[in-house]
Amino acid sequence: MNIIALVFLPLLAAIVGGLGNRALGNTIVKSITTGALFISCILAWPIFIGFLQGNDHAHVVKVLSFIASGDLKVDWALRVDSLTAVMLVVVTTVSSLVHLYSWGYMAEDPSQPRFFAYLSLFTFAMLMLVTADSLIQMFFGWEGVGLASYLLIGFWYEKPSAQAAAIKAFVVNRVGDFGFSLGIFGTFLVFGTVSIPAILAAAPHMAGSTIGFLGMRVDTMTLLCLLLFVGAMGKSAQLGLHTWLPDAMEGPTPVSALIHAATMVTAGVFMVCRLSPMFETSQTALTVVTYVGAATAFFAATIGVVQTDIKRVIAYSTCSQLGYMFFGAGVGAFGGAMFHLFTHAFFKALLFLCAGSVIHAMHHEQDMRFYGGLRKHIPWTFWTMLAGTLAITGVGLEDIFGFAGFYSKDAIISAAYARGTTAGGIAYFIGVTAALLTSFYSWRLVFLTFYGEPRWVGSEHIQHAIHDAHGHDHDHAHDHTHHDAHHDAPDEGAGSEVTVESRGAEDMPKGTGGYHPHESPLNMLIPLLVLATGAVFAGWGFAKSFIGEGGVAFWQGSLWFNPEFMESIERIPFAAKSMASVAMLVGLLVALWAYVWDKSLPARVAGSARGLYAFLLNKWYFDELYDILFVRPAFALGRLLWKRGDQGTIDRFGPNGAAWLVNVTGVVSRKMQSGYVYTYALAMLLGLAAAATWVIAN
Amino acid sequence: MIGLIHYLTVSAILFVTGVFGIFLNRKNLIIILMSIELILLSVNLNLVAFSAYLHDLVGQVFAMFVLTVAAGEAAIGLAILVIYFRGRGTISVEDVNRMKG
Repeated sequence: MNIIALVFLPLLAAIVGGLGNRALGNTIVKSITTGALFISCILAWPIFIGFLQGNDHAHVVKVLSFIASGDLKVDWALRVDSLTAVMLVVVTTVSSLVHLYSWGYMAEDPSQPRFFAYLSLFTFAMLMLVTADSLIQMFFGWEGVGLASYLLIGFWYEKPSAQAAAIKAFVVNRVGDFGFSLGIFGTFLVFGTVSIPAILAAAPHMAGSTIGFLGMRVDTMTLLCLLLFVGAMGKSAQLGLHTWLPDAMEGPTPVSALIHAATMVTAGVFMVCRLSPMFETSQTALTVVTYVGAATAFFAATIGVVQTDIKRVIAYSTCSQLGYMFFGAGVGAFGGAMFHLFTHAFFKALLFLCAGSVIHAMHHEQDMRFYGGLRKHIPWTFWTMLAGTLAITGVGLEDIFGFAGFYSKDAIISAAYARGTTAGGIAYFIGVTAALLTSFYSWRLVFLTFYGEPRWVGSEHIQHAIHDAHGHDHDHAHDHTHHDAHHDAPDEGAGSEVTVESRGAEDMPKGTGGYHPHESPLNMLIPLLVLATGAVFAGWGFAKSFIGEGGVAFWQGSLWFNPEFMESIERIPFAAKSMASVAMLVGLLVALWAYVWDKSLPARVAGSARGLYAFLLNKWYFDELYDILFVRPAFALGRLLWKRGDQGTIDRFGPNGAAWLVNVTGVVSRKMQSGYVYTYALAMLLGLAAAATWVIAN
Repeated sequence: MIGLIHYLTVSAILFVTGVFGIFLNRKNLIIILMSIELILLSVNLNLVAFSAYLHDLVGQVFAMFVLTVAAGEAAIGLAILVIYFRGRGTISVEDVNRMKG
C-alpha cells in the first residue's frame, strides 16, 4: 500500500495546492506540496533498499480498472521492481529537494502556489510513468510529464521567449509522441496486448517475422523498436529532436534541474531499458540507438563548449549525457545506462541548482562572461558545484574511489569498447572524445564563474541591482526582496537570436561595480549539500549492484542484463579503459590553460576558426535548418489555407455568398415595390396576360 | 360594309389606349379614372358588337348594366378623389406612392 501513497500523494498535493492556490496562501501550499514529496521520498527509499538487499521481489499493485474493450484490457496498476525502484528514488529525491530549493529560489515570485502545484503534478505524472505496467499507462505518464513540462517552461508566461520555448517543447515532443503512439498501436497489433510483461515474454518469438509498413515488408521487431525509440528521442532530446531542450531553460532554474536534467528527459532511457528484452530481439534497432546516442553525445558536447549562458551549457551537457545513456543501452549495457541515469540525476540536478544559486547571487545575470571571481563570495555554491563538476567529468582512481560519473560514464564507454562491433567501436571513440569535451566545458564553466577577476560591471542586471541598492540605503534584506520581483527581466532569448558574438569573457570590462553577491539562503543550500553527497558517493556506493557482480541479483530480470557481457567490460585492456580518464585530464588541462593561465587564448582560437566557431555558437544551425524545412512551409501552408482556402473559398461561397445573394435579391425586389399604383397594375396585367397565354396555349 | 372585325379592332384600340393611359400617365389621377372608363367602353363595344352579330339581345342588356355600374363607379371614384385631394392637397400620380412598403 505504500506504493499507492507514494504515487498519489503528489497528485493530492497538486490538486489541493492548485485549486486552493491563493485561498490557501503561499506558505500552506508550499508546506503541503513539499511535505507530500518528502513523505513520498521517505516511502521510496525503503523500496529501493529492499531490492538492493534482495529482500524484495517484483510485484504489481492494481489500483483500478481502466479499459476493458474486447481484447484490450488495461488497468491502472503500479508495477514495483528494481528498475522502478531506481526511478522512484531518483524522482522523489530530486523532486523533494527541488521543492525545498524552490522555497528560497522562488521566494519573491507572485504565483508560488501555482509553481508548487505544477511541480507536484509533474512528480505524479513521472511516478505514473515509471510504475507503468502497460504501455497505455506509460503513455499517460509520458503525456502528463509533457504537459507539466510545458506549463513549467512557460511558467513566466509574461515573457514571450518563455511562451515560445514552451510551445516549441510541446510541438517537438509531439513528433516523438507520434512515433511512440504508432509504436504502441503496432505492439498491440502484433502482440494483442499492451501489458509490458506479456509483450516482453512474447517478443523473442516474434524475432525474424516481417510486417507490412508503408507498402514495404520490414522486420516486425525492428519496426516496433524504432517507432518506440522515436518517442524516446523526442522526450530525451536526442539529435534531431533535441532543439526544445536548450530553449526549455527559459523556465525557472529548479524546473530545469528537476525536469530537464534529472527526471523527465531520462524517461526515454527508462523506456528503452524497460523494454530492453524487446530491443534485444532487433540488432538493427540497437545499432540505430547506438549511433543516435553517440551522435548526440558528441554533437551536444561541441555546442556546450562555446555557449556563454550558464544554463545553456548545462542543458547541452544534459543532452550529451543522455546520448551516453542511449549508446550505453545500444551496446547492450542497459544496467550501465540506468546507472548513468541514476548518478546523472544527482550531479546534473546539483549542477543546475548550483547554477540557480549563482544566478540568484548575480541578480539573474545568466551570461558567464559577466561572472568571475565568485569563489570567495558564494563558497558553499562553489564547493558543491565543484563536487558536481568532479562527478560529471568522472574523476576517480581505479579500485580506490571515484566520483559518480567515474563509475557510470566510464562503464558505458568501456561497454562500447567491449561490444566489439563497428557501432560499438565508433561509439567508444565518440564517447572518449565527448568525455574530453565534457571535461573542458564543465571546467570552463567553473573557471569562468568562480575564478579570475570579477567582470560584473558590464552586466545590465548588475547595473540594475546597484542602482536599486542606492535607493535603499544599502539595506540588503530589502533590496534583495526588491530585485527578485524582476523575474521578467530580459534574459538570454530563445535560441534563434544568437548571433556571432566575438566578444569573449576577457573583452568584458573588469570590476565589481560595487556589487556584493550574497550566498543563497539555507533552504537552497541544504538541497545542494544533499545532492553533492549523492554526486560524490552514488557511483562508489552502488556500482556493484547496478553494473557489477550484484547485477543479476539486483535487477531480477527487470531489464536485460547479460552477466557475461558485463564481466567482459572488466576485462578490456587497461589502455582502453583509462582513455576516458585521460580525456578527462586533457580536457581539464586545456580548460586550465585557456581560462586560467592564458586568458587571451579563447579569443585567438575563436578568431582563427571563425567559421567553426559560428557553426558551434549557432548550434549547428539546427534551428535555422528546421525553420527553413518545417516552420516556414508550415506557415506558408497555413497562410495558403487561411487566405485561399478559408477566406477565398469557404467564406466567399459559404456565409459571404449567401449574404450577397440575399442582398442582391433585396435590392432588386425593393426596386419593384415602388408604391405607384400603375406599376402594380402593370404587374397584374402582365401576370394576367401570361396566365391567359398559358391557358390558350394549352 | 362595316363588319364585326372593324368593331373589334376599334374596341381593341380603345382597350390598349385605356391600358397605356393607366401606365404611362404620370400626371393626374383623373386620367386614370378616364382610362378605366375607356376600358369599360371598349368592353361594352365588344358586347354590343357580338350581340348584333349573334342576334342575341342579352349582350345589349348587359351593356346597359355595365354602363350603369360604370356611372356609379365613376361617381364613387371622383368622390374618393375629392376626399383625397382635401387630405393631401394634390392628385399628382407621382405623389401617390403610399403603398410602398
